Order: sequence, then structure tokens, then C-alpha cells
Amino acid sequence: MSTNAAPLLQVKNLRIEFPTRRGTLVAVDDISFDIAPGEVLGVVGESGAGKSLTGAAVIGLLEPPGRIAAGEILLNGRRIDNLPFEEMRKIRGREIGAIFQDPLTSLNPLYTVGRQITETIRTHLDVSETEARDRAISLLQEVGIPAAEKRIDAYPHQFSGGMRQRVVISLALAAQPKLIIADEPTTALDVSIQAQIITLLKKLGREHGTAVMLVTHDMGVIAETADRVAVMYAGRIAEIGPVAEVIHSPQHPYTVGLMGAIPSVGDNNERLAQIEGSMPRLTAIPKGCAFNPRCTRVKDVPNGRCTTERPNLLPAGKTQAACWLHATDVTVDANKTKVPA
Amino acid sequence: MLAFIIRRLLQSVLVMVAVGFIAFSLFNFVGDPVSLMLPPEATQSDRDEVRKSLGLDEPFYVQFGKFVGNAVQGNFGISLRLGRPVSQLLIERLPATLELAMTAAVIGLLVGIPVGVYTALRRNSILAKSLLTGSLIGVSLPNFLIGIFLILIFAVWLGLLPSFGRGDVTKIGLWTTGLLTVTGLKALVLPAITLGLYPVTLIMRLVRSEMMEVLRTDYIKFARARGLSNNAVHFGHALKNTLVPVITITGLQLGGLIAFAIITETVFQWPGMGLLFIQAVQFADIPVMAAYLCLIGLIFVLINLTVDMLYYTVDPRLRISGSAAGGH
Repeated sequence: MSTNAAPLLQVKNLRIEFPTRRGTLVAVDDISFDIAPGEVLGVVGESGAGKSLTGAAVIGLLEPPGRIAAGEILLNGRRIDNLPFEEMRKIRGREIGAIFQDPLTSLNPLYTVGRQITETIRTHLDVSETEARDRAISLLQEVGIPAAEKRIDAYPHQFSGGMRQRVVISLALAAQPKLIIADEPTTALDVSIQAQIITLLKKLGREHGTAVMLVTHDMGVIAETADRVAVMYAGRIAEIGPVAEVIHSPQHPYTVGLMGAIPSVGDNNERLAQIEGSMPRLTAIPKGCAFNPRCTRVKDVPNGRCTTERPNLLPAGKTQAACWLHATDVTVDANKTKVPA
Repeated sequence: MLAFIIRRLLQSVLVMVAVGFIAFSLFNFVGDPVSLMLPPEATQSDRDEVRKSLGLDEPFYVQFGKFVGNAVQGNFGISLRLGRPVSQLLIERLPATLELAMTAAVIGLLVGIPVGVYTALRRNSILAKSLLTGSLIGVSLPNFLIGIFLILIFAVWLGLLPSFGRGDVTKIGLWTTGLLTVTGLKALVLPAITLGLYPVTLIMRLVRSEMMEVLRTDYIKFARARGLSNNAVHFGHALKNTLVPVITITGLQLGGLIAFAIITETVFQWPGMGLLFIQAVQFADIPVMAAYLCLIGLIFVLINLTVDMLYYTVDPRLRISGSAAGGH
């Protein structure tokens, strides 16, 4: 991976709003990140942190009334968030593929998998029916479906969950997109199957040079797969950086808590570690840093800045963290933040 | 598949036996046929004689067995009112009713499905909203009222279409059809619209709600994420998934249309089975009523059977048993 290459995907100051009768909810608030070609960016966070919405926004499939209220999304330097429907449709599947959470419901039950794959191929590439079918068979072989030339004529219900997710992956890859949004691709699967699917995603990403935006709440999946990771909290990015750094020396108190909450087999603790409280509802995001009511380090930042002013991403160690502990204009003992876990 | 058909056929036979039993009971409960047939001054020995000659002195199950035996051969006796074999009367009237009901069903599908799809896809447009409101009228207005309005407008005021009858008919073997002559077709328009309005609104509302349900599913989202065109998503993926319930309802509706064409046939004096039945009821013409009951029962059973077969062609999950997907 090289972070110096021109980014494939740039998300700049993205803001996603849901107008409701009781006012506008801001589900994703001013987030920015890049994905380099071939890079795997993990996006991790609790339910409702805005990670899936970010993925949906990138592929242009935000469900109304959700809408992009501000910011830009650029693919290969070209702005795609304001494209007309038909233009964006041509990008979907061709340049940005998608994998959804539940393979059991992602496939149309009434069509053979072969029909669904060839349909996708022929939508984007100018090939004949037989060529598309040959391509579909080799795609199925590539994702590890045994006897692909026979299974291509099977219906989705004739596949197991893991096999269906392989089919879904082959569908996402059908037109060789440069970026895949994988939204919780393993959450609905058995743990033993999860590893296989993750390995497959990683392998295919490497072989095709496909970048992946991997949305999940499973730190284990991120650790195994991602090059970099973005930790989201209440619609904002709390911390973003190389995966090893974020895991081993997290800089944001939330990330610290998150890593501390992962139980390991060696631990003899009776109780599981947890972060006190819960993520705020979208209707009641606190002023200042959204994490401040749960943060144990609020008192380490002078002038109560955490409760009044919202922190932006600041360089912190080898990562970037949205936390006033890393502000350079105040004198805080930054060393204290280094992994109290 | 074969086992399924056999099982369904056996069930159908049971249903028909039950219907036959009810039809048979009509004879016993609607009145004593012997006293209907004999003059009031007949003696008890006359009565016993007639009773014996009609086989009415035999035990109940023997009578029922004979009734079923005759019914299977299409023999329902002689109409008390018209003095002709009931089966012959029904065969004469059946084509008129079937043509009317089929036309109404075709109108229901041809109008109901596109309008339903439209109102689902453009659910916020003014046209969709007014169609939806209008459909309430179709659901709630009684058939005879619509028929009378149509007669008033198109037959009385505008004089465009005939208000009653079936026009000129052509005879093809046993079947008489009104579809081949201009007057026959013109006569079909108003009754078919009257009868078809309810299925139109029903199918439209059904397609709309099913379609909106399907459009929310993951596989539609995924189909969009694959960049398929709107047409492919809406008509290739979504519409086909709405068809299973639509087939069921349309099938049941068709049975209903045939059975309840009675009112429309009465309003338009359409020479179908419904009109025959109404006249039979007024005259307590029990053989006709019993035969009509059995025939309608048979039509319902056949339609249900066909509908179940159609599921197999639409939904592969039913077609292939012993699938890999279990226990989720």
C-alpha cells in the first residue's frame, strides 16, 4: 500500500442530514477521509455511528429523506455526489461495487445466480450473452464456488449463507470496480465462515487492485483486513490512522476504551471492560466533543474545552484523533494519553 | 411435483364431495319435493308411491350416493321451472358467464398491474394519489350501482352502447360466443367494465402495496448498487416478486367473478348462469340451484389448483424440493 498515490476516493467534509418533523437530524457530521487505490480502509463504530450511511452516500444510495447536506465525494478526482441519477447509476457496479450485510436477502430469490451475474456484467460491459456467462463462471470459480459451471444455474436458496456471500462478492466484482463498499460483509455469517470470506475479500482486493471500504463493528475483522482504520463516533470520525497504530497505541479516549473492551483469552478478569454510558442519540448530541459525557479524560483538558468546542482531527502520534488532548496550543501532557489500557 | 399434484387432486375431490353434500341437502331442507309435485288433494298412498318411485324412501346415504353418481355424469335432473335437463341449461348459459368473467379479469390485470406499479413508483405524484383515492370508490361502490350509472351514461344519454343482452352470438360447437360480432362486443363492454372495476382496484392496490414492500428489500437495494437500470430493477426484479400474491388474488377473484356475476348479469340482463340462478331462486327451482352450486364449487377448485401450479412456475423455491438452504 502506498498512501502517497493520488487517492481513489476522497470524502471531504461530508454531512448527511435527515429532515424530520422534529427538526433536522445530523447523522454524519463533517467527516473527511481518503482511500488510496488498492487500500483497505476499515470503518468501525457502534450502531448508529454513521458508518453505513457514509458507505451509502459514497455509492449514491442514501435512502430518502436522508440527504447529503454539505461536502463533496470525489472518485478519481471527479465529483460524484451531485451527479444526475443516470450518470451515478453507471458508476454503481462499474466503478464502485457494493457488498451488503445479509447474503440471504441480497440476492433476488426468483432468478438463478448466473442470470443475476450476467445481467450485471451486460449492464456495464459490452459483451455477448455467452461471453458474459463464461465470465460469470470464472467469477464464481474465483470466489471459490465448487462446480461453478453447474452451480451457475442454481437459485440463491440452493446455496448456504457463506456460499451466497461468495456469490454476492462475485456480483460486486462482476464489472471490475476499483472500489468496493463492503457493509458488514461478515456480520450475518457463522464465525467459521467469517474468516473465509475475509480472506477471500483480502485476496481478491489484492489480485484485482481493488480498494475496499470495509464497514463493520467487528474490530477483529478490521485488524485482519484493513490497512487503515477510521473510528466513528456519533457521526464523526474520532480517530483515523494505520490499523496497527490505532490498535496498539490508540490516541482518542474513545478508541482507547474500544480497544480496552476487546476481551482476550489470556485475561483473567472476572468482568469485561466497558465504556460507561452509551452513544448519544442523534437528537441529543452534546455540545463540544460528542464523547465528552463518557470521557474519563475531560478534566485533563483545560478550560472545559471538551464541553464547549468541537475538536477536529489533530495529528496524534502516528494517527489523527479528534481530541483536545492533542491540541498544540494548550499545554497538556500528551504522554499521559499513551495507552492507559 | 407429481406427489404434490396428486395430493392437491385428492383434496379437491374432498372439497367437491362436501359441496355436493350441501347441494344435496338443498333438496331435503328447502321443502319436500313430493308435496311440491303432487296436488294438495293427493292421498297418503299416492304420496308413498311417488316417494318410492323417486327413491326418496331409501336411506340417506344411498340417496346421496345416487346424487353424486348422477352429478359426476353431469346429470342434475330436470329444471322444475323450464322442464328441461339442468345440465343442458347450464351448458347453454356457461359461455356467456365465462366470457364476461374472463373479460373482466383481463381488464383487472391489464389495468390493475400497470396502475399499481405506477402508483408504487411515483407514490408522491398527484396522479398516483388521485388514482389511489379513486380506487376507493371502485372498492366501495356496489356493482349494481356502477352498472346502472354506466347504463345511464353510455346507453341512455350517449346512446353508444346497448344496455342489455348479449348482442348477436356465433355458435362454435357447444360454445356460443359474442366475441366475434360487433354487436356482441359492444354488448360486452358495459357489463365487463362493471364487473371488472372491482378487480382493477383490488389488483391495483395489491400490486402497489406488494411493490412498495419489495422495493424496500435488500435484493432491490443490491440490484441498484450493481448499477442496473431503473427498468431492470423495477420490472425485472421488483415486479416479478410481487406476482405470487397477485396470482393468488386474481385466481380467487376469477372464481368470485364467475360466482358473483349474478348481480351484473341481472342488471344487464346478461343471459349467463347468474341470471339463470336468480330466476331459479325466485322459483325454488332446486335442481338448478344444486347444479349451479356444484358447478361454482368445481370452478373454484379448478382455479385454486391452477393457481397452485402457477406458483411453481414463478417461484423456484417451491419448484425444487430438498434445497440447501435450511435452518436459518
